[in-house]
Amino acid sequence: MESRNTQLAVGLFVIIGILALLFLGLKAANTNVLTNGETYKLFAKFDNIGGLKERSPVKVGGVVVGRVSKISLVGDYYEPLVEMTISKEYNEFSDTTSVSILTSGLLGEQYIGLNPGFIDDTVEMLEDGDYIYDTKSALVLEDLIGQFLFGQGND
Amino acid sequence: MRQVENSALDDALVVIDNLHFAHSFGAHQVYRNLSMRVPRGKITAVMGPSGIGKTTLLRLIGAQLYPQQGSIEFAGHNVHQLNRRDLYELRKRMSMLFQSGALFTDMTVYDNIAFPLREHSQLPEEIIDTIVKMKLEAVGLRGARDLMPAELSGGMARRAALARAIALDPELILYDEPFAGQDPISMGVIVKLIKELNASLGLTSIVVTHDIAEVMTIADYVYILADKQVVGHGTPAQLKQSDDPLIHQFLHGEADGPVPFHYAAASLEDDLLGSDHA
Amino acid sequence: MLNRVAALGKVTLDAIAGAGAALFMLMRALFGKPQLRKSWPLLMQQMYSVGVLSLLIIVVSGLFIGMVLGLQGYTILVDFGAEQSLGPMVALSLLRELGPVVTALLFAGRAGSALTAEIGLMKATEQLSSLEMMGVDPLRRVISPRFWAGFYSMPILALVFSAVGIYGGYLVGVRWLGVDDGAFWSVMQSNVEWGQDILNGVIKSLVFAFVVTWIALHKGYQCTPTSVGISRATTSTVVTASLAVLGLDFVLTALMFG
Repeated sequence: MESRNTQLAVGLFVIIGILALLFLGLKAANTNVLTNGETYKLFAKFDNIGGLKERSPVKVGGVVVGRVSKISLVGDYYEPLVEMTISKEYNEFSDTTSVSILTSGLLGEQYIGLNPGFIDDTVEMLEDGDYIYDTKSALVLEDLIGQFLFGQGND
Repeated sequence: MRQVENSALDDALVVIDNLHFAHSFGAHQVYRNLSMRVPRGKITAVMGPSGIGKTTLLRLIGAQLYPQQGSIEFAGHNVHQLNRRDLYELRKRMSMLFQSGALFTDMTVYDNIAFPLREHSQLPEEIIDTIVKMKLEAVGLRGARDLMPAELSGGMARRAALARAIALDPELILYDEPFAGQDPISMGVIVKLIKELNASLGLTSIVVTHDIAEVMTIADYVYILADKQVVGHGTPAQLKQSDDPLIHQFLHGEADGPVPFHYAAASLEDDLLGSDHA
Repeated sequence: MLNRVAALGKVTLDAIAGAGAALFMLMRALFGKPQLRKSWPLLMQQMYSVGVLSLLIIVVSGLFIGMVLGLQGYTILVDFGAEQSLGPMVALSLLRELGPVVTALLFAGRAGSALTAEIGLMKATEQLSSLEMMGVDPLRRVISPRFWAGFYSMPILALVFSAVGIYGGYLVGVRWLGVDDGAFWSVMQSNVEWGQDILNGVIKSLVFAFVVTWIALHKGYQCTPTSVGISRATTSTVVTASLAVLGLDFVLTALMFG
């Protein structure tokens, strides 16, 4: 009987542990579909990616639809190539869609903003492995200051 | 040292031959050239002053300790040359009654005695139950089976431990100071139990003790250890008639003699006057 | 001078011998032939005394540490107008650091010392020798179930600690100080990752569980079987295990987040 009670207590203990894990997983952690769920990949070349990192979010109008899955340098001129993993739920982007690297808040992390393009009969939809050509690079503070000073001097 | 011829010694269960043993890398020599034969089916007493390493001897026989030289044979097996599995197999044929009883504090008396059976036999629980009750009956503790070891008196704990030691019907029982710290009544009970169990179960017993009076009444053969070796052996009757001063001192409990009263030290004058600290 | 060198040599040899003995003990305890029928009840019993009985102190400490984090975090963040980041701050510090580390420290104090004392006492009362003489390997019978119990219990305790701590932070931050409920959770969610944060935390606490339980068992098994010896071994368990946890935590953090 005593060993039965022990087993019961240990069983409850393990259940509490699982509940804690579920709580952490569902309530505290990022539960968006990207961790599992079906995804497809899009690519974009930038001149400068600033502080973008792997796993940085990809947002449409502030809503996370995917993440940066890989950053590499390609071509003869070593251009940064960003691979984005996007949820299959959002697979209706046209090829006129543009991407830009944005910063959340003044001191925040950098993320990719996806601006869906117009849709009519002449455009095609982006599919797995396609490139987005309309890109806007990250703003680098030093460049901005440089431009500002240069502009001042010309006046 | 007197050599005793005794036909019972020919059939020995445990043979200790030329044993050298020292603790911790030779720092403290315990035995030098120790030889002993323990006859089958008899009670052999090993006596000697405290601190002579009598418990060490039992641990050597159980192969919990390994000697630097010499051998110990149990039923024809050199216990120190067996691999782990064979050694553990062999240990099922011997058991040891520890000085403290060494009952498992987290189980009842009943479970303590059932423990070696559950561990080593594939017997069904009903048969184990019968055996446990019989063993408890043998030591007179059948009524105490549901108590925890902490609830037992010292004498009862030792009897319970004895019941556990005989649970698997071993061939050899090693008693480590079974009489130490017992009141006269429980001492008498244990003396009686050792003798009865030895006779009724056909056991071989080795009793390590310094309680001479008790053990002389039940022992068939006695070894006296002193100064790292056997200084005398024989039947109790032979030893009582011995004129060896060491044996005489030990058997009659004289304070000073060949075994000095004082632990080896500088002379008292030197110590008190502090000549070596000056 | 020569004596000093000799002393150093002896200390080194002892340390190597100690580590070797500890490793040997663990190997023999873990890689013996498993006997599921016999070891399952033993494991249950140890899970109970090592895990279940540690639950209360873990829940209470977790709650209070979470509440303190909520309070301190709020007073700092509110100066920057960033009190909505309270959620991730509380959650990340608990999941990545405080959960595994504080749990391991409490575990060393609560369960580790108890394990050392229990085994030391079993040694002093000759129960371990007695097992050996009965032909039962004490490493498998006594050490192994305790080791696994510690190894399984601590990650569970760490998860409970973090969960309760986040709830404590929520109580103080949202219920008391008035951080927006929705923002607290949603900002937390967008910053906490399964793999990076929760999984790494669990890995950390598995490593700590291994080390703390091992140290506790080894100290008990190797202690001098006297009352002084046991009390020294118990103290030494808590000190060594705590230092090992803090040191390892740095290494693991550097590997995981560095």
